[in-house]
Amino acid sequence: MDDLLQEFIAETRDTLAAIAGEIVAWEAAPGDRARLDSIFRFVHTVKGSCGFLDLPRLERLSHAAEDALAAVRANTRAPDAALVSAVLGVIDRIGELTDAIEAGESLPDEDDRRLIAALSPDAARSRPPASAAMAGGPGPRGVARTIRLPIDLLDRMMGGVSDMVLARNELSRKLRESGCDGSVEAAFERLSVCVAEMRDAITRTRMQRIDNIFATLPRLVRDLSGELGKLVMLDVDGGDVELDREMIEMIRDPLTHIIRNAIDHGIEPPEERRAAGKSAAGRLSVCARQAGNQILIEVSDDGRGVDGDRLAARAVAAGIVAPERAEGLSWGQKLALVFEPGLSTAQEVTAISGRGVGMDVVRSNIERIGGLVDLESRPRAGLRLTLRVPLTLTIIPALTVSAGGQHFAIPRSAIEEIVRAGGEGVRIERIGNALMAGIRARRVPVVALDRLIGVASASVPVVAPPILIVLKPAGGDYFALAVDAVHDHEELVVKPAAPAVMATGIYAGTTLPDNGRPMLLLDPAGIAAIAGVAGEHQAPEPMAAEAAGEAAAALVPTLLFRDLDGAERAVRLAVVERIEDVSGDAIQRTAGRLRLAHEGRILPLLGCLPVIERARLRILRMSDGATQIAYAIDEVIDIVALPPVGEPATSAGIVAGVVLVDSRQVELIDPHWLFAEAAGAARPSDTRPLCLLAGEGDPWTREILLPLVEAAGYRVAFPGAAGSARPDVVIDSGGGELPPVAADAPLVRLRGAHDPQPGDEDSIYRYDRAGLLTALRRHARKGG
Amino acid sequence: MDMLYLIVSIAGQRVALPADHVESVVEIDMVTPVPLVAPHVAGLAALRSRVLTIVDTRAALELEDAAGAAQAGAGDQAVVVTVDGHLYGLLVDEVEDVVARPGGIEPLRVAPGAGWSRVARGMVEIAGDVLLLLDPAAIVAGPCALAA
Repeated sequence: MDDLLQEFIAETRDTLAAIAGEIVAWEAAPGDRARLDSIFRFVHTVKGSCGFLDLPRLERLSHAAEDALAAVRANTRAPDAALVSAVLGVIDRIGELTDAIEAGESLPDEDDRRLIAALSPDAARSRPPASAAMAGGPGPRGVARTIRLPIDLLDRMMGGVSDMVLARNELSRKLRESGCDGSVEAAFERLSVCVAEMRDAITRTRMQRIDNIFATLPRLVRDLSGELGKLVMLDVDGGDVELDREMIEMIRDPLTHIIRNAIDHGIEPPEERRAAGKSAAGRLSVCARQAGNQILIEVSDDGRGVDGDRLAARAVAAGIVAPERAEGLSWGQKLALVFEPGLSTAQEVTAISGRGVGMDVVRSNIERIGGLVDLESRPRAGLRLTLRVPLTLTIIPALTVSAGGQHFAIPRSAIEEIVRAGGEGVRIERIGNALMAGIRARRVPVVALDRLIGVASASVPVVAPPILIVLKPAGGDYFALAVDAVHDHEELVVKPAAPAVMATGIYAGTTLPDNGRPMLLLDPAGIAAIAGVAGEHQAPEPMAAEAAGEAAAALVPTLLFRDLDGAERAVRLAVVERIEDVSGDAIQRTAGRLRLAHEGRILPLLGCLPVIERARLRILRMSDGATQIAYAIDEVIDIVALPPVGEPATSAGIVAGVVLVDSRQVELIDPHWLFAEAAGAARPSDTRPLCLLAGEGDPWTREILLPLVEAAGYRVAFPGAAGSARPDVVIDSGGGELPPVAADAPLVRLRGAHDPQPGDEDSIYRYDRAGLLTALRRHARKGG
Repeated sequence: MDMLYLIVSIAGQRVALPADHVESVVEIDMVTPVPLVAPHVAGLAALRSRVLTIVDTRAALELEDAAGAAQAGAGDQAVVVTVDGHLYGLLVDEVEDVVARPGGIEPLRVAPGAGWSRVARGMVEIAGDVLLLLDPAAIVAGPCALAA
């Protein structure tokens, strides 16, 4: 009997969490029969189980709800807001009773009658019932779709597997020392693979989609806005971001609190919004995404925002800040006062957000897990709160490096590139006591890790260790971290470090690699701040032309790789999003082409060889901003800077042209062709009319005009590379000389000034898109 | 109700720790130093699959200046405690025993010195001796906690 009861409780909980969203959705679309049915099924199931388990109160409640819903199903009653609220009330009460049964407590039952009465059509019309959930009832529960496991069991499994890995490593050492025969080694190898796979699987069991919290938001927002008489449109995005389940629990309360605040204090009542010229319904948007080694959760609304000046005034009045100090605070510092204990900006205390338990608690909860809360406010236009939560306990790919004899890990997501200090195109310059590195066309400050951590003595003259890791910290500027050596790429399980360790500001957590020695994960943003190289958001400044040499300005970072047929090829680095290893099993010929199933998406797979039969495969993931494709390669060779234009290919295809790399001929992949091919809309490129762009050295022509011309259906060539093909049209944007082949081609001249000067009346203003496109279309028709 | 105490010695001094805070006593293997960290954090060590933050109790009690403190290393004994969800290993000279005593912590009636009084919660009488009862959380917080 007890088992049955436990099962009933667990099942009811799961369904409860799932059903809450359904009800809200049903209210929005009362005609949705499927939703109504699933709600009906739920109360019906509860009713059935209750009768069997002898739980008369639950039975009465579910019976009443079932009756009301049956009437709606039979079309004898229309589902109105009051009915939905009443059904929600009953469902909440079912949840409370379920909790009480589990805890062996009893709840007063006078409310039951009120809830049941509220279900009747007459009661519904007279007064909407207060939702029982808002009395600070139990928090929302997680949704589990498959089986339930106690968390400590998962933790124990995780611990056990990690121990197993350590034991395996020890065994491996012992085997090496004792020198065993091949058959033992083979068996051991197999064991190693199993252990690694198991570790991977168990780590992933701890991950949950943030949807676990997000799924409860529609209901929360609906209840709150209903109670406060506000209209709120909720927009939720990024529910598939995965977090360690412990982290999910840790951010649940702060996030709920922020949303309550946003609806209670941020979003204005409809009349006030209309008076302010906004739409009557406020927008509340909650979105999660992974950014580097952090998960960002943004909650933004278009309500009144927080007024920094008013906050400062209140802080002075409350004695938190001295008046003279308040004067000197920046806007950001004034906003940060919202996190001071005991400072509430609400004009009046409301039942929802109350007073006192405010943003200070939110912040301390987030900081306790090593996170940050950012606040951006535009008074009368809205507020954006960003929770930055570290990836602690999530698995992150990292690079291990060493400096001063100690190993550290760096999150790979922050790494831009790795260069050798003595390498070509890399120069180290001394500026006072600091170092700058000139890496090709940009100059970045250098932080020597051994000096930063104090293992290099200060008296030794400044010399950067040989390897520079160019880092781009989240929200900061590029800098180069100089280390003694780079060791390995590893997937590490990162755990939060003790507060004393985090207080140093340069670590993001600790990790236990397979060798069993704890390692510290460096925090690029923290290092930038401590070393004083943290800048504002900005792109790396191109070096002055004279410093970098004339050629450097035109160089484009290009990825050199070995293709599947063994040839060396290159692709512009800008289109490559990631380099990844995938399993051969993930590749299949489906719907007419090779496709790769990767991370829950399907990517078109291209490559120079039609069919690949390998167990593991390296791919370049490329993106044009909208579409992603995968390109199969053998291995990555290098990243080099190459001039943008090479010798063009004789016919259009996967290869755009040939470039010279260290006097070797390397074929350059044509990303345009790849994406067109993937889109299945590749029109044979040879028949595209050729457009010659004069003024190759002019960035405007290359960056702004060229895409437009290509979009108009032209192949584009520059005078230097056009060869002898006769262009169908020539565009002269001023500057460049026209080659002889262009002599008899139609000429479109562009002018920089809006109004024509005497003598160039026939030219087109260069931002006259319509005029330009018309001209191109006219010549294309003639030429093609 | 009887309270359990773990008797250890720190810097030659026998002291008591509340046993309900103590997870285990381990011999630590290798310590990874943590550059830039407060001096009372000796480094990180692995306890099976978890990471222990090793606390140099002498430094935490400000008993010796950093130069005099012995380098934490293999073979040292550490008392494993959990404070605010983080696992720490407090370095001790020696671990004696776990004893049960009926409740009742006597207030501190002497001034044992700045470092000791910061971490002392009171005194307990064990087998005729009066021992200082130390608060693991205060040891972990280290000397800088007062300044903050």
